Amino acid sequence: MDPMAAIKQTFFQECEELLTELESGLLKIEDGNDDPETVNAVFRAVHSIKGGAGAFGFDELVEFAHIFETALDLLRSAKLAPNPSVTKTFLRASDSLADFVRAARENGCVAGAHVKSITDELNALCSGAAKKDGTSPPKQQNIDDLDFQPVAVSLDSIFESTPEEPPPFTQDFLIRFMPKPALYAKANEALCLLRELGGLGEMSVECCVDEIPLLSELDPEGAYLSWSVHLRTSADEARVREIFEFVEWDCDLDIAAADVGRLLEEFQAALEPCAKLVSLAEQQKNNNQHMASATLAPSDEHDDNAGPVKVAHPSNENGAYPAQTTIRVDLNRVDRLINLVGELVINQAMLSQRVAEAGLPRASSVVIGLDELEQLTRDIQDSVMAIRAQPVKAVFQRMSRTVREIAAMTGKSVRLVTEGEGTEVDKTVVERLTDPLTHMIRNAVDHGIETPEARAAAGKAEEGSLRLSATHRSGRVVIEVADDGAGLNRGRIREIAVSRGLIPAEADLTDDEIDNLIFLPGFSTASTVSNISGRGVGMDVVKRAIQALGGRISIASNPGRGSTFSMSLPLTLAVLDGMVVTVADQTLVVPLTAVIETLQPKNANVHVLGDGARVIATRSSFIPLIDVGSVLFYRTEETDPTMQVALLVESESGARCALLVDAIQGQRQVVIKSLETNYGRVCGIAAATILGDGRVALILDVDAIVDRPRMDRADQTLVAAE
Amino acid sequence: MAETHTLNPKQGPQEFIAFHIGGQTYCIDIMAVREIRGWTPATPLPHAPEFVRGVINLRGAVLPVIDLAARLGLPQSEPTARHAVIVVQFSGQVVGLLVDAVSNILTLTPDAIQPTPDVASEVARTFIRGVVAADKQMIGVLTVKNLLPEAAASAA
Repeated sequence: MDPMAAIKQTFFQECEELLTELESGLLKIEDGNDDPETVNAVFRAVHSIKGGAGAFGFDELVEFAHIFETALDLLRSAKLAPNPSVTKTFLRASDSLADFVRAARENGCVAGAHVKSITDELNALCSGAAKKDGTSPPKQQNIDDLDFQPVAVSLDSIFESTPEEPPPFTQDFLIRFMPKPALYAKANEALCLLRELGGLGEMSVECCVDEIPLLSELDPEGAYLSWSVHLRTSADEARVREIFEFVEWDCDLDIAAADVGRLLEEFQAALEPCAKLVSLAEQQKNNNQHMASATLAPSDEHDDNAGPVKVAHPSNENGAYPAQTTIRVDLNRVDRLINLVGELVINQAMLSQRVAEAGLPRASSVVIGLDELEQLTRDIQDSVMAIRAQPVKAVFQRMSRTVREIAAMTGKSVRLVTEGEGTEVDKTVVERLTDPLTHMIRNAVDHGIETPEARAAAGKAEEGSLRLSATHRSGRVVIEVADDGAGLNRGRIREIAVSRGLIPAEADLTDDEIDNLIFLPGFSTASTVSNISGRGVGMDVVKRAIQALGGRISIASNPGRGSTFSMSLPLTLAVLDGMVVTVADQTLVVPLTAVIETLQPKNANVHVLGDGARVIATRSSFIPLIDVGSVLFYRTEETDPTMQVALLVESESGARCALLVDAIQGQRQVVIKSLETNYGRVCGIAAATILGDGRVALILDVDAIVDRPRMDRADQTLVAAE
Repeated sequence: MAETHTLNPKQGPQEFIAFHIGGQTYCIDIMAVREIRGWTPATPLPHAPEFVRGVINLRGAVLPVIDLAARLGLPQSEPTARHAVIVVQFSGQVVGLLVDAVSNILTLTPDAIQPTPDVASEVARTFIRGVVAADKQMIGVLTVKNLLPEAAASAA
């Protein structure tokens, strides 16, 4: 990969994070939490995306981000009240921004009409606010000509009302530039900035050294110098600000046209004693807790644009996004680590077994040491698995967009409530959860929640509520999608199932059985195929996707009160809950999710059908009986079912059969190993695993065995005939 | 994979690992060999050809083991702990070869390898790319590539 592509990739990764931050910030604002720190975080996210996109020349993205940023700036400077319609517009703008980012990454383009409408809305917000404020429109022009023009982000509100339409030539600026330690920490250099400033015209610089403390108190990484610059230039203020664009968060910067500048200087002089007092107080505080000072200083002062006076206020605990210290690691490296730790665990188990076989006394130092090793390896395994674990937040947040879009399309009013966003699941599970969850959310909004009128008629709040929650429950993750809509229409489901020939017309079904009909392939409850949920896939696709993840899905519906879909998922895909069984002296593992129950076949309920095919009578039906040993050619002779155990299993397609095994050893979590890497697919075998004794055991592919009994039986009779 | 199996006379001497199977001696290119280990009981695979003994655990990887004697048309081995498994790698696939014993390492120049004598045996022509005379005996040079089971062929 060439270096540019690598940098681009990093940019897009950052964009993902920034977009998430943006959206969660906007959602917070929507909930009425509009403290400056949240608003600033939202603004910073858009600003950073714009900055990065500018560097890569994604013009469309820059243009849109700029408009968005302008509108957000109004929110930040409190010229725009964060009422619901404003936040809705912002949320939709953030969706569009995400589209732009995706388009930039895939070299695609964004649908014009949609963008036009959101752009217009944002512009309307801006002009509306400008009118209210009485501000003359220098910003407005920026928006209209769509040029990449940095926004005057820290204009002192005192001076903003005096419009400064700069004359094209010889403009005087008084610039006061006070870097903070963070500026140097980010490898910026004041000299370079000043030199660049000098490039704009004639300038005289004065360095202020008053802040430098005694040598004994000097922090070598601190920032004590500040500069006053008098600049004569033909450039306008925006051009001057552009120089400081990348450091504006890390310094105190005042730029003023000269005449205003003089006023400012007087103002500052008047405030000087006050500022000194504040900084003295700060120093005192820093002395007390100099560890905290580094983090406090930069976060405190982002919104100190109101004036040069530093006001120390405690940073808001809720609003501030704690900077998470994270590293990006190639997923392959993590997987390799997980693999190696898996080996370690197996090796350790083997060692323990050998030591036990050697008959050493329990109190011997070797056995005690081994116990400690076992403890350690378990801890290591847990920690390594935790690396792959990710909070479901990423998926949940995407759902809020889905809800917004579908609600807008169907004219319904829906509020998404998420719970347990911090619940962690394996990365792959999180990734593969998006599609089925999107589909369920769509269904819930489209079919579950009624129109506002219908809701009002039923005496419910007009705004429907959709609850998305995740919890850990006994080693699995349970994700629930609950709506407070009409619930499943059982009569209609039954009708459809009969009309599609899924069930006989006279079938006697319980409510639960009727509810589960919606998981059958080819079932769709919408009488008209809408372009929202009627895309040819139904709940059966959702069910299959969940099952492919080793999960199960169930439904509970209450007429008039709503429906709840619950999915129970494994925490990781690398490990499988299996039933360890013996077949013809071989050890096999049957995935526990497929096993419904175990039966003890008796002569009375095993029947022969035709030429040797056997069935077993269960409570209500006859189920084919398959001897695993014969299917896998471990033996050719017939076995006596009464000496064996039957596992009643269900394949993903819903077909059932009973598998005959010699004995059940127990249940165990096993690590899944691929057979295909070094060998190839084996019919009837899903994968392999390594047991505690170091031997390889094969994991049964229940679907292949259940769904193709005819073929296997044909083979079987062939062998028998030979 | 760096190993090549062309008989280029300009190449320098290559090293080969020699081993015994059922009284005969064969050798393979050392560059394909990853390691040599003792025999451990394998888990048989259903629907597998006769020469596939099953799979074993190689430090966490599932490794298929080929009975080289059966592969070459000799009677199946009765493996004991004294038998050796040569772990070979070819184009990303790792496979164990079950042999009676590993004897030594030969250094051969390409021109020391004579073409396989024109015998009727299909097996000889498929797997043996040449023969060398060493230690007063004939050693067959095997082509690693052809020994590995094909993924498609193994699925019954």
